[in-house]
Amino acid sequence: MTNEFVLEAITREFPESVISSSESYGMLTVEIKKDDIKKIIHYLKDSSLEINFLTDVCGIHYPEFPEKEIGVVYHLQNMMTNFRIRLKIFMSRESVEVDSLTELYAGANWMERETFDFYGIKFKGHPDLRPILNMEDLGYHPMLKEYRLEDGTRTDKDDAMFGR
Amino acid sequence: MKDNSLSNILNQHESKEQIDGQLYTLNLGPTHPATHGIFQNVLTMDGERILHAEQTVGYIHRAFEKISERRNFSQITTLTDRMNYCSAPINNIGWHMTVEKLIGIKVPKRVDYMRVILMELARIGDHLICNGVTGMDAGAITGLTYMFIERERIYDMYEQICGARMTTNMGRIGGFERDFTPKFHELLKDFLKTFPARFAEFGQLLERNRIFMDRTIGAGAISAERALSYGFTGPNLRAAGVDYDVRVAEPYSSYEDFDFIIPVGTAGDTYDRFMVRQQEIWESLKIINQAYDNLPEGPFHADVPDFYLPEKADVYQKMEALIYHFKIVMGETDVPKGEVYHAVEGGNGELGFYLVSDGGRTPYRLHFRRPCFIYYQAYPEMITGSVISDAIVTMCSMNIIAGELDA
Repeated sequence: MTNEFVLEAITREFPESVISSSESYGMLTVEIKKDDIKKIIHYLKDSSLEINFLTDVCGIHYPEFPEKEIGVVYHLQNMMTNFRIRLKIFMSRESVEVDSLTELYAGANWMERETFDFYGIKFKGHPDLRPILNMEDLGYHPMLKEYRLEDGTRTDKDDAMFGR
Repeated sequence: MKDNSLSNILNQHESKEQIDGQLYTLNLGPTHPATHGIFQNVLTMDGERILHAEQTVGYIHRAFEKISERRNFSQITTLTDRMNYCSAPINNIGWHMTVEKLIGIKVPKRVDYMRVILMELARIGDHLICNGVTGMDAGAITGLTYMFIERERIYDMYEQICGARMTTNMGRIGGFERDFTPKFHELLKDFLKTFPARFAEFGQLLERNRIFMDRTIGAGAISAERALSYGFTGPNLRAAGVDYDVRVAEPYSSYEDFDFIIPVGTAGDTYDRFMVRQQEIWESLKIINQAYDNLPEGPFHADVPDFYLPEKADVYQKMEALIYHFKIVMGETDVPKGEVYHAVEGGNGELGFYLVSDGGRTPYRLHFRRPCFIYYQAYPEMITGSVISDAIVTMCSMNIIAGELDA
């Protein structure tokens, strides 16, 4: 199974859904429309491609792109041929909502809870969307870039020489 | 999907009136000596039997992913070894390989083999503790005390490489800080000579022990299908009968050079998990023997002055070395833009690093795929309907490490 073959299959089945694709360090990376993520992952799982293992789900934040500010990155795998694929969706801060994969994968439950906890992405259809690693009354999503690691009010430290 | 909610289970159980007064809630944890870590399980019990379990995690969450966004690439090594601290070198080396993949560094063959030896030693150490403690939780403490001695010998070897024993900070981007010392060779040869007999004795203590088998066979079983749906990898998945191993499926660090098999179980229960780990220790020994016998000569690090710290003596005497030292310590070296996912077979299963770089001094985003986080989600399903003593051995045989779970 090659990157071209899988990309062609996805493009053929969902011609309207694929926004862009690339091969980052050999791994097929496909950006798709947010609303189509569940049906594409369902297709990858049940079709003859057999990409039926959900390896990982995580969020990412690009504050400088308002239309594509918040992203979710899915890593999936076909264990038989060891084919890996990365799917990405992006959304604006106002519409941070995407379909949950809990109906397809039992493991998506906690992965999505972790993503919600850190980025505030709401997963539609998730049975128990609560923060998981942070306390429930924290009130914000700490991995967003606007929250600095250290206390932003401190003036005794000059970060100009190091870090972000 | 199976409805595991408390109300559904109570509805199935008996009518509410009949069970009023019979059920009670038991808080197993957050800190309980039998759970070997800080996680809470709220159990609804009918006598000894668990009707419903709900787990809470995050008690030692330390925000490693956030911290990583403000640290340069070599400084993140010290975060990784605090995840699965039972096999820290695998985490360290896995991280270094991720960065090497991003930058495009090719390490010498000797580095690959040295890494394999250390990663397999770490796997042995990890499995020894897991299996020793599983025995202890089933009532046999002898095996654990003896296996701790063997783990100490592995830690003595770590000490020769990096000075530390548990949180190791092993190696560097591009290779190792120094070559194996003569003392390391001595310790490793002694270990390879004497460990098999001692480990075989540990096997004799438990593998066919009637009491141990009665306690573990059928306890905490999970089918291959459910395990895959949850995202299981590593020994826990292999115990359910799926022969997936990152070392074979996607070889890294020259694993393709070595001859070893992937042990699998059938039932996915506590006994199978125990046995898979037992057999994996023998396979790891096989790999170490092959790697050590064929250890190539040559440099112990790649020639990457932008990322590999120069010798300290040179820093004091040579301008070049001083400049590179400063640049590396201050994290001023450019890395390529891009995103990379790299997975290694950790002591627990597939340990993945998803690294997004914007070309800056630090990762733009770093996400750890932590196998413990995946396993622990399935825990209530695995223990519902069993008795509490089964729940204890089940958790232990899954090798849930709180540091990796919460990261």
